[in-house]
Amino acid sequence: MRRRDVILALIGIAVVWQALSKTLNLPILPPPLAVLQAFFKGLENGDLLQHALASLWRVVAGTALSIALAAPAGLVLGQSQQLNRFFSPLIYLTYPIPKVVLVPIVLLFFGIGDLPKIILIFMILFFQILVLVRDQAANIRPELIQSVRSLGAGRRALFRFVYLPASLPAILTALRQSVGTAVAVLYVAELFATQRGLGYYIYYSGSTLFDYPAMYAGILALSLMGVSLYFGVDWLERRWCPWLYAN
Amino acid sequence: MIRLEALTYAYSNHAPIFEAFDWQAQRGEAWVVLGPSGCGKTTLLYLLAGLRQPTAGRVIVDGQPLTRPRPHTGLILQDYGLLPWATVRQNVELGLRVRLFYGPDGKHAPEDFRPDVDILPWMERLGLTAVQDQYPGQISGGQRQRAAIARTLALQPDLLLMDEPFSSLDAPTREGLQNLTLELWSEKKLTLVVVTHAIEEAAILGQKILLLGLPPNRQATIIDNPGAAQADFRDTADYLSLCRELRGRMESNA
Repeated sequence: MRRRDVILALIGIAVVWQALSKTLNLPILPPPLAVLQAFFKGLENGDLLQHALASLWRVVAGTALSIALAAPAGLVLGQSQQLNRFFSPLIYLTYPIPKVVLVPIVLLFFGIGDLPKIILIFMILFFQILVLVRDQAANIRPELIQSVRSLGAGRRALFRFVYLPASLPAILTALRQSVGTAVAVLYVAELFATQRGLGYYIYYSGSTLFDYPAMYAGILALSLMGVSLYFGVDWLERRWCPWLYAN
Repeated sequence: MIRLEALTYAYSNHAPIFEAFDWQAQRGEAWVVLGPSGCGKTTLLYLLAGLRQPTAGRVIVDGQPLTRPRPHTGLILQDYGLLPWATVRQNVELGLRVRLFYGPDGKHAPEDFRPDVDILPWMERLGLTAVQDQYPGQISGGQRQRAAIARTLALQPDLLLMDEPFSSLDAPTREGLQNLTLELWSEKKLTLVVVTHAIEEAAILGQKILLLGLPPNRQATIIDNPGAAQADFRDTADYLSLCRELRGRMESNA
């Protein structure tokens, strides 16, 4: 995908948006320029920025927590058929549950504040990473393991030189696949029991203040966050997994 | 150098592949283990590498019963032995990095291991300098096997085990690498054990050929092949008659 094409697509969206807004002429669809103005104003006076940072922190903390717990668990399950046999029915049952339906339960258990939001993001990413890392670790060819063992590698060196680098692409793929879902669920979670975060900002601007440009500015900020996380993962993959891109 | 004493090996819930099997190889000999698929030749190599443990009996290498991979034994597999995410150079360095990781503990790395081993001469010798920054997926099968050889020999083994090392290569590359293997074997005074199902390869590489049949293998069938490792052996009548003999024996074993 070329940068020029992305910019063209962006301009295309803006043109369609502008045309729609002009034709409909409704307060609930302000033109893109008005939204951009509200966006920068919100950044400048710190209002939007503060909510965006609150959301970003929840995403980053949830992501970090899920990598920290799911990657080692996936590696262990991928290496041990017995453990995997024991846990896989459990994963099989819980993995496909749309985690967004658990929002009320998590809020009931963990109350207000950052914790329930972080836990929700954690629950989404945890299973994705766990399953992909587990499958990746289980699919490492035994010939590779044996030949590295023959070089003197024990469990620790195998982990360092084989399992860890082998699971890196799986972690990044899991993140790329689920970071969008995580942001979406975060939005839902921020509608309840909080006064910080883009979810709250969007909802509050739209349905209480009727400040539609601000509402769209919030949507823009949340979209930007999703897109930059996605591209951030891409960037990390190019940096950390260069062999995937070597023709 | 190698002694199998009443070796029995069976995969769980399967009939034994080896049963009270005895065999010896002297230091500096070039052996080929030849047999059809499923005869247990790869299993034998894994036993010699210390990657599998006998069900009964003992594997003794250099006077020591084997309980784990031995730092002075090198193993080269048919394929997939290189880390796909590491460059050729990093792959060649891997054995040294594993040793540095543990330090000279006598278990993972020899007690006399010195961290100043230089892999560059090996990279040059095996013609890998030009591809050192490429990944295994980008280079040819022959270059991959050269990288595997460089990685193993950089650790200065005295016993070199190879499992079908050249079977996925085209004929000219295969012959080149067979010659190189013999060159390095005589230069480094290695004890060599090559596992193959290819009769021609056995005749070229094996001064002695251990013929395995369908399991269980109880007795070692050994064929002497003094002509192996000599220049132009491929073109002699001895070579052809040996190939014929091996083919006949393999067919009657099957």
